[in-house]
Amino acid sequence: MRLLAALLALLMAAPLAAQSNAPPAPYAYQQLEDPALEEQATELMHTLRCITCQSQSIADSDAPMAGNMRHQVRTRIANGESPEAVRAWLVSRYGDYVSYEPVASASTWPLFVIPGILLLIAVIVLLRRVGRRVPVEGEGA
Amino acid sequence: MRNLRFALWGVVIVAAFVFGLFGYQLTQPKDEFVRSALVGERIPEFALPAMVESRPGLSSTDLADGEAKLMNVFASWCIPCAAEAPYLEELERQGAQIVAVAITDTPEDVDRFLLQHGNPFTRIGDDRISEVQLSLGSSGVPETFVIAGDGTITYQHIGDIRASDVPVLMEELRKAQGQ
Repeated sequence: MRLLAALLALLMAAPLAAQSNAPPAPYAYQQLEDPALEEQATELMHTLRCITCQSQSIADSDAPMAGNMRHQVRTRIANGESPEAVRAWLVSRYGDYVSYEPVASASTWPLFVIPGILLLIAVIVLLRRVGRRVPVEGEGA
Repeated sequence: MRNLRFALWGVVIVAAFVFGLFGYQLTQPKDEFVRSALVGERIPEFALPAMVESRPGLSSTDLADGEAKLMNVFASWCIPCAAEAPYLEELERQGAQIVAVAITDTPEDVDRFLLQHGNPFTRIGDDRISEVQLSLGSSGVPETFVIAGDGTITYQHIGDIRASDVPVLMEELRKAQGQ
């Protein structure tokens, strides 16, 4: 019985083998010394998608890949790159998908244009209705 | 009144279209792969030190030596990487030259992995912090890139290689060699 329990425990420990023994990248969990640069980096990290855990930003994720991405972001910003340059570098590798910041592009422009058109239609309809009702009331009085 | 009726039918049609679209999209399988935007581009410059003593490291110039190659991105801690090992050996048997990038790993672990699952690689670069992986647009392990002789990335296979992928990769390699 004890052996069985031990075997069972061993079986449950199997996922632990799927972890790297290498230490995390230096700036995965370490902030930059300069608070202003760290603030830029943090702001950017909140708007970058973790590639292996796709519903989280790299600031929120504990995946090794997210740690390595944070290291890239922090070292690049520490080297004087602007946050948008770092974002552009990642987008050139992974496409728009890696960025949570919405951009107007060939495939996304309707998302920005349609609300404007709908608002315009609503205003026109409203103006016509209101405009029509006033003389009717005037006649009735 | 007639105008209003037409307008209402218009609303019904638009709503039916939108919900139809939702329904259709919900039944479509989701592609969870994030593909590299570098397929068709030259490989970015890099130089990785050797991961293990038995194989030299890997640099971008090694990949532009005139011979088309497979570049396998793997890790000893990745279970699908162990699953694809027999198929990498099969690719090597069929004449593919395979180099590798080991991600977030230690020499001891990689040595143990190669001992256990075989070593079809001519070079293994040590990418401790995924720097090269990120510059390749690779989104995880395992992945296999086909690199033409001039260093152009021509194909990306995401996930473990299965038996049915072996002929596909050999064909891509032949196409890359012809380039």
